[in-house]
Amino acid sequence: MKQYDLIVIGAGSAGIAAALKAHEEGVNSILVLEKDKEMGGILQQCIHSGFGVEMFKEDLTGPEYAERYIDKMLAAGLEFRTNSLVTELRPDRSLVYTNPEEGYQEVQGKAVILTMGCFERTAGQINLYGERPAGIMTAGTAQSFLNKDGFLVGKRVFILGSGDIGLIMARRMTLEGAKVLGVAELNPYSSGLARNIVQCLDDFEIPLYLSHTVIQVKGKARLEEIVIAEVDKNRQPIPGTEKNFEVDTLLLSVGLIPDRHLTSQAGIKLHPRTGGPIVNNRYETNVSGIFAAGNGLHVHDLVDWVSLEGERAGASAARYINGDLTEAELITTEPGKGIIYVVPHYVLKQEDEDVRFYFRVDNVYKNAKINIYKDDELLKSLKKMVMVPAEMEMVKVTNADILDAHQVRIEVEIG
Amino acid sequence: MKKEMVCVVCPVSCRMTVDMNEAGDIFVSGNKCKRGITYAEVELTNPTRKVSTTVRIEHGAHLRLPVKSDVEVPKAKMLEIVKALDDVLVVSPIKVGDVVAKDVLGSGINFIATRSM
Repeated sequence: MKQYDLIVIGAGSAGIAAALKAHEEGVNSILVLEKDKEMGGILQQCIHSGFGVEMFKEDLTGPEYAERYIDKMLAAGLEFRTNSLVTELRPDRSLVYTNPEEGYQEVQGKAVILTMGCFERTAGQINLYGERPAGIMTAGTAQSFLNKDGFLVGKRVFILGSGDIGLIMARRMTLEGAKVLGVAELNPYSSGLARNIVQCLDDFEIPLYLSHTVIQVKGKARLEEIVIAEVDKNRQPIPGTEKNFEVDTLLLSVGLIPDRHLTSQAGIKLHPRTGGPIVNNRYETNVSGIFAAGNGLHVHDLVDWVSLEGERAGASAARYINGDLTEAELITTEPGKGIIYVVPHYVLKQEDEDVRFYFRVDNVYKNAKINIYKDDELLKSLKKMVMVPAEMEMVKVTNADILDAHQVRIEVEIG
Repeated sequence: MKKEMVCVVCPVSCRMTVDMNEAGDIFVSGNKCKRGITYAEVELTNPTRKVSTTVRIEHGAHLRLPVKSDVEVPKAKMLEIVKALDDVLVVSPIKVGDVVAKDVLGSGINFIATRSM
């Protein structure tokens, strides 16, 4: 079995950043595996701008951002394989991948980083009621067809879910001549970035129906009509509020789920809320030497944060390979009132760089505070004008400040 | 005249309060950087947007090449400018930054490739 110091699974923004950082930290034997025919991941179909504001201090499109990282990888001479799908990952960090040139391959790494990104939730996962005609697909599928292949998947479109990809596709399909009749969002608030509501919906006078959902889809071979209705506090449709739309396409933008097709075989524990692996502040999973970062760990809003997370996982993997990571007791991180989840899930009781806690709030909060508790002692309090579930929050905590704690808890305080 | 506005310059999406007095002076608060002020001024007078789209490419890794406008496009002109790119056909190899359509519809706006292909 061929041996590498580091194997990175997935050459999207997290994977490339992780490999580059590990290389910079002195790891030379690196293999990067990518299932697609080219590197760059989902960025290659995200042709809109908004990427790189933090990393490059420039407003780039997805492909431009990807190309900068791919160029760095090529310049560093890192070994990679495209068209290479990993089908099995074992706890001893050996794995199986296949591709058309090499066939079945088994390799082993001293460390492995999982940067496989995420999947879109599909029609089957949200129990859409009605017939099963063509024309119902995820927003990302329509985006790939349009931006890579030039196929407009429909002329009269409705979008369920106000996730960013759905909003971006509302604008994109309008620009290409389709009529987008509306976006329905189950929650009373949007699940996409505020700027995308403005520039993707408001600019084109596309209505956003908050607290609404699709209750029925109709059509024989092709989608013909959908019915939406307002929902009450318990997310139940309110009779009498139905609206019908004649459409040939329903796009779904109803959430993203980390790709975890390899985790169970390797014995990696998953977190019920993020859907991704449970990690400590070094981005290491419960399986020694296996790290995780990016949308495969928890779903992000900004690629820049994905790259930064990839870098931190890459740096940790380099330390692991060099024997510089030692075991230690764990401090647990706890999502308190108003918080859905916190990543990392554990912090090692050991001197290290400052810890960045990433988390999401469970509702829209105005003029609230974020409180960081070390056991029952208030460690830090930050004022926030607006917090929404669609926008991930980050708080940096000095490592030395929490080393004597059992638990770090993050809470929202109202007023 | 006070107006609530979301800045669309970058994904931070600053929620800004914009106020214009009778003399036409604009006062902006809530912005985290100075680009917010420029955005608010332009948004109140002649709103513009960055435009990303694709053009046909021959012999490329994909059938479409992603492109963007080199400057912001007046909001009212977005649809006709994207439509005008329907006739553009480029041939691989293309380098990121190459101009693929010049002065579209006499607007002075060029479209450039956003990746190499």
